[in-house]
Amino acid sequence: MNGWIAIGRIDDIAPLGARVVRLPGGDIAVFRTADDRIFALADRCPHKGGPLSQGIVHGDRVTCPLHNWVVELGDGQAVAPDQGCVARYPVAVEDGVIRIFLGASEAALT
Amino acid sequence: MIRKRLVVIGNGMAGIRAVEDLLALAPDLYDIEVFGAEPYGNYNRIMLSPMLAGEKQLADIMLNDESWYAENGIKLHLGNPVATIDRRRRCVVAEDGTEAFYDRLLLATGSNPIMLPLPGADLPGVVTFRDVRDVDRMVAAAGSFKNAVVIGGGLLGLEAAGGLQKRGMQVTVVHLMDTLMERQLDPVAGGMLRHTLEERGLTFKMPAETAAVLGTSRVEAIRLKDGTEIPADLVVMAVGIRPNIDLARSVGLYCERGIVVNDAMQTYDPRIYALGEGVQHRGKTYGLVAPLFEQAKVCANHLAMVGHARYLGSALSTQLKVTGIDLFSAGDFSSSDATDDIVMQDAARGIYKRVVLRDNRIQGAVLYGDTVDGAWYFRHLRAGTDVSALRERLLFGSSQLGDSGRGGGGPAAAMDDRTEICGCNGVCKGTIVKAISEKKLFTLEDVRAHTKASSSCGSCTSLVEQILAQTLGGDYSVAEKVRPLCKCTDYSHDDIRRTILEQQLKSIPAVMRFMEWRTPDGCHTCRPALNYYLLCAWPGEFVDDKQSRFINERAHANIQKDGTYSVIPRMWGGTTTPAELRAIADVAEKYAIPSVKVTGGQRIDLLGVKKENLPAVWRDLNAAGMVSGHAYGKALRTVKTCVGSEWCRFGVQDSTAMGIALEKMCWGTWTPHKVKLAVSGCPRNCAEATIKDFGVVAVDSGWELHVGGNGGVKVRATDLLTKVRTPEEVMEYCGAFLQLYREEAHYLERTAPWIERVGLPHVKKRLIDDAAGRQELYARFLHSQRFSQSDPWAEHATKEVEAAEFKPLAELVEA
Ligand SMILES: Cc1cc2nc3c(=O)[nH]c(=O)nc-3n(C[C@H](O)[C@H](O)[C@H](O)COP(=O)(O)OP(=O)(O)OC[C@H]3O[C@@H](n4cnc5c(N)ncnc54)[C@H](O)[C@@H]3O)c2cc1C
Ligand code: HEM
Ligand code: SF4
Ligand code: FES
Repeated sequence: MNGWIAIGRIDDIAPLGARVVRLPGGDIAVFRTADDRIFALADRCPHKGGPLSQGIVHGDRVTCPLHNWVVELGDGQAVAPDQGCVARYPVAVEDGVIRIFLGASEAALT
Repeated sequence: MIRKRLVVIGNGMAGIRAVEDLLALAPDLYDIEVFGAEPYGNYNRIMLSPMLAGEKQLADIMLNDESWYAENGIKLHLGNPVATIDRRRRCVVAEDGTEAFYDRLLLATGSNPIMLPLPGADLPGVVTFRDVRDVDRMVAAAGSFKNAVVIGGGLLGLEAAGGLQKRGMQVTVVHLMDTLMERQLDPVAGGMLRHTLEERGLTFKMPAETAAVLGTSRVEAIRLKDGTEIPADLVVMAVGIRPNIDLARSVGLYCERGIVVNDAMQTYDPRIYALGEGVQHRGKTYGLVAPLFEQAKVCANHLAMVGHARYLGSALSTQLKVTGIDLFSAGDFSSSDATDDIVMQDAARGIYKRVVLRDNRIQGAVLYGDTVDGAWYFRHLRAGTDVSALRERLLFGSSQLGDSGRGGGGPAAAMDDRTEICGCNGVCKGTIVKAISEKKLFTLEDVRAHTKASSSCGSCTSLVEQILAQTLGGDYSVAEKVRPLCKCTDYSHDDIRRTILEQQLKSIPAVMRFMEWRTPDGCHTCRPALNYYLLCAWPGEFVDDKQSRFINERAHANIQKDGTYSVIPRMWGGTTTPAELRAIADVAEKYAIPSVKVTGGQRIDLLGVKKENLPAVWRDLNAAGMVSGHAYGKALRTVKTCVGSEWCRFGVQDSTAMGIALEKMCWGTWTPHKVKLAVSGCPRNCAEATIKDFGVVAVDSGWELHVGGNGGVKVRATDLLTKVRTPEEVMEYCGAFLQLYREEAHYLERTAPWIERVGLPHVKKRLIDDAAGRQELYARFLHSQRFSQSDPWAEHATKEVEAAEFKPLAELVEA
């Protein structure tokens, strides 16, 4: 299962909310910002694996519900002074349909 | 490359600091194994004093918790002291038989407190002050006893006395000398200190020597040499420490007073290094962290094989950590023919400064009442600066000397970059300034995280704050008494609450727009707070913003560490029925819920529920008539009751019925933090009402109402609010109290810190003196309850839209 895959519609996610896409290898968290941009990250906080999809979304960031690490939605980096990084997935939205790119995830971004 | 093996004995401040320094220099050189006799990770021993005083909790003083060891690949053996070292096999053997082989060994066993060999010293209630266990014992004693005697008027003894007094004990300090802290203070400063402490209620017996500890099954008193007896339920021996050399000596390492080391911190066995309070270096032992951290740096340097740093011994400075007392001492302040004393004393302001010069160089300094220049004197002392040019103005401090040219901003402004700010960690001003500007630090916490300055004893906190202020310019205001809600705004909690009402702001975006938020949609700190403030201000109008709630309140369940949830149905006043129990049992089986537990709040917790099963679990519980217990929320949790007069032979009122009535009135309310209630049927107080936010205790003539208690890491017993006659009055006072708390407390502030902030008299004024005001509060509470008493589970289990929260957006199954 590689390439661009439709996972749902933008309206399925509340603004400043998140949903998960369930994969055999672990969940992907799909976030919607206040201005309707969509981001996808592995649903595992770089700290201790907390479910980022359950956190509070603010600006382009999400706060992990377990110990309040803040992670950038854009690049998956933890905000300083915490350090760590979570895998991100390319996302495209067309006619309200969200697609994410599975496969060589990081390479596709550059 | 095969890694070398490093074993560390002693999980204390010096040993682990050396490991930290080593990891920074050579992260991959060693496989590290640490043995600690205490059952905790590495904590800040210095902070045991504020912990005893109730200002800090164990969690606050942890330096490295167990996860740090795991993250750095360090094997940690807690609560497992090393029994012996086999130097031929290069192997340590722990008490439980565990063996660990080493290429290099680090001994950091610290020291032991001295227990005077007095008759009766082994009675229960006689303790020392060294570790967490000692603090636990003292705190426990302070909870049930009245009189404490501290033997020893040194640094440790006075901090113990200060802490016990803060916990409500009557404390007498017995001191052998006629000056307090005679090793750090001269008689004048010692006298001023004594005077201040006496004004605060401590009693001193000095000079006096303890002859015996008296008591049969527990300590009851002490007897002094002159025959005086002083009642004591607790005796703290704080008469000094002795380097812990037992292990080293037993395996043949050369020891005198301490384990003898050279300038590389090596013992006589070159594979074995040692540092900390247990070692003797050039004939000296140390009992403060600053020199130990210097030792750690040298030791790490050698272990990392990167250099040839040498430890040359340290000069010492001391500060006393008793809140509200400023005291600094450094070097040698004994005068002789060869020394000059420069002294200033301003009794009215409680200030005393004495600097002792020898050959125009600072040899020692004692400051009382105004210690901001301590670091500055200490730097010149260590540098051996010739201060003849400064002599006339020396006592007015660095800021008067103009050697940096910058005015304003407090004494830190006048310090140059080489002045040491944090004595414990050896951090200079320049290092802090550099970190602030290069790493873009804005808060004290940032500076602590990046430089370690102010992270040990905390005495330099105000200097670090001044440096922050100067370096950041307008971005940081030291004097701010009211803190902004979060980084998104400059306004405080109170500003925001007031503005919401005055400006009739009714949504989160409206508040952010009007109050000029710096971020487009806030952060995880302000959004939940704003959501609560709006909910409280506009009941029935404001629509709860789900995305601004923590996951627990969004999912109406408690997220657990593995991402599953727990579900707790309400059991009114702790009562249940066979039918409810059956329904709970059925749910647990049907959804394969792994764990069922009775909570401390007299109800049943279903733990390990998968998120997607939550709506179905609730539907089934709802069907059996149960509603959410809000065990996850900043909300009313439980109303604990005892069986009361219905069953109990002591009961004087029906506490169960009272509790149920209260819970029916209060459930569903959102509050700044969690709220717990309890009702006991008589003063035996089986429902533990006096550690609840609102506790009711029945007496013959009615009900006592207690407020502001909580359990938790820092237990606070309630204050008595008043006594009332009827159940109706109990309901009214309870509703009014909760409403006052809802309207005035800061988000995430429990009733206990709220009452300590605003003061009990304020609460009494609003609830007791002002009957009309109380009734209005009560009415507002009941009004807001009209909108909050809908069961969130029922809503969730039925509404389709919301169900989305609990299902994955998509499931991609094929691999
Ligand atoms: C209440 C209090 C307040 C203080 N305030 C200050 C202050 O304000 N400023 C300041 O500079 N200093 C202060 N100190 C002193 C400071 O805490 C100590 O100097 C410092 O902690 C010593 O560090 P260490 O690593 O040598 O010993 P420790 O921190 O005591 O560590 C030694 C550890 O080794 C363990 N151990 C011993 N034997 C074995 C064994 N055989 N196997 C395994 N583990 C073993 C011990 O259990 C202990 O945990 C204070 C101390 C106390 C108790
Ligand atoms: C800082 C301190 C505390 C924290 C962080 C905390 C946290 C929690 C959490 C997360 C739960 C829910 C457990 C679950 O998922 O099922 C809970 C429940 C509970 N806690 Fe605490 N707690 C604290 C202090 C206390 C104290 C001091 C007491 C009692 C003296 C207490 C009594 C209870 C009770 C009785 C429950 C069951 C709740 C219920 O029945 O509604 N807690 N606590
Ligand atoms: S508090 Fe009093 S009435 Fe209630 S159970 Fe205990 S002894 Fe009985
Ligand atoms: S797991 Fe995310 S902050 Fe700890």
